[in-house]
Amino acid sequence: MVDALHLVGGGLVVAGALLTLLGGVGVLRFPDVYTRIHAASLTDTGGATLVLLGLALISGLTLETLKLGLVWVFVMLTTPAAANALANAAFSAGHTPRIGAFQIMKSLAAGEARSDTQRRETSDDDKSSPP
Amino acid sequence: MSEIALQVNFGLNIALLLMLVAIGLAIARTRSLLAAILLMGMYSLASAVWLIVMDAADVAFTEAVVGAGISTVVLLGAILLVRAGPVRHNWRMTIAPAVLVLGVGGLLVYAVTGLPEFGDPASPTNAHVGRSYLIQTSDEIGVPNVVTAVLASYRGFDTLGETVVVFAAGIGVALMLGFGPRSNLPRAPAATGDHHVVLRVTAKLLIPLIALFAFYVQFHGDLGAGGGFQAGVILAVAPILHALVFGLRGTIAALPVRAVRSVATMGVLLYSGVGVVCMINGGGFLDYDYLFPPSVEAMIPPGLMGEPYHAHHWGQHFGIFFIELGVLLTVAATMVTIFYGFAGRAAEEPGAST
Repeated sequence: MVDALHLVGGGLVVAGALLTLLGGVGVLRFPDVYTRIHAASLTDTGGATLVLLGLALISGLTLETLKLGLVWVFVMLTTPAAANALANAAFSAGHTPRIGAFQIMKSLAAGEARSDTQRRETSDDDKSSPP
Repeated sequence: MSEIALQVNFGLNIALLLMLVAIGLAIARTRSLLAAILLMGMYSLASAVWLIVMDAADVAFTEAVVGAGISTVVLLGAILLVRAGPVRHNWRMTIAPAVLVLGVGGLLVYAVTGLPEFGDPASPTNAHVGRSYLIQTSDEIGVPNVVTAVLASYRGFDTLGETVVVFAAGIGVALMLGFGPRSNLPRAPAATGDHHVVLRVTAKLLIPLIALFAFYVQFHGDLGAGGGFQAGVILAVAPILHALVFGLRGTIAALPVRAVRSVATMGVLLYSGVGVVCMINGGGFLDYDYLFPPSVEAMIPPGLMGEPYHAHHWGQHFGIFFIELGVLLTVAATMVTIFYGFAGRAAEEPGAST
């Protein structure tokens, strides 16, 4: 029983680590700031949740599990808030999303401003491309 | 520890050290100061993780808070002040520093080969005075955490020096940049109707928790990893986060510059005052066994093993409590003073938005 719990817990930890790794790949591969923030924050929260759940299964009903639960609450509070702040800052700094309904509507509404938007996009690309 | 666990630990060490090397190279390569500062924060976070793997949780606390948190904020304030653009790269200028770095690095690698093996019980640090601390702490100090006993009691004088160094650093920054803004702070934006509602709500929730955690680390220092330095930097994060989210004006209204300055001074005074009280009661400087005057000492029940004079360790417990409190006050207030210095100066510049 305990061994089975350890196996399941270990599997969850590895799954969480893989999910976080996927998030890293997403940050490198996705086209613009907002999709990258999306990739980083979702996988970060999900990966941390899986890892903490796995560790909780391994440690069983102890004080450590309570502490892991508190860590989970902290991560659930901070990571989405940080992603929100980042997206806010990117939006105020004038980064336009490359894909999504917002971008389509904007380009439909201001057809003559399209060249301007495109120029801004390329400068976005320069700033956010990985070194 | 089993053989497999040792190997996993070794692999973790290698992986984390490689990460540190990679981040270091990235810092050296980037031409953007902003990216370099963020990478330095990452470097500190990775080294904090590495310190956790090395079982040095208290050092990891400090590294994570100061390296990844406070110094990142202060450095960002600094580039706000100087408004530096990307650095021009001139390879001729880099030859002499590169030779210097490679030379010093080579010397350090050479020195590493002379170090004893990690955890070697026969090494000088573990054999002589370290061993006697481990053996005598439970008898002489009565504190479960030997690190706290060594730091606060056996080497209390060194720790007083460290506290004074932190205080002096704060004074130095304050003398160069000012203690904080004197006038013309930009008014903080209204709390409603802006983009930062999520940030404000989260920060409001987190700030008291951060302060609470700081006090946990402070008062848990006798039992586990923790103490005044760690708790002080964690406590300083609470007002810094408040200033980042709600604006410097609100923070200074809640925590006036003058109050922070005097708290920093009071911490050092409390620490050295404990030492002086011990001298007045007939002991040496910071000899906590003489913390209470003999009349009070006589009233303390001797406890279970009351045979030797000081077996109840009350003096040690209270002495460590007070000096750790002094360290907490000085470190926290100094960190906030340094932050006020940078952030307040940025606010004085016309057009800057911090």
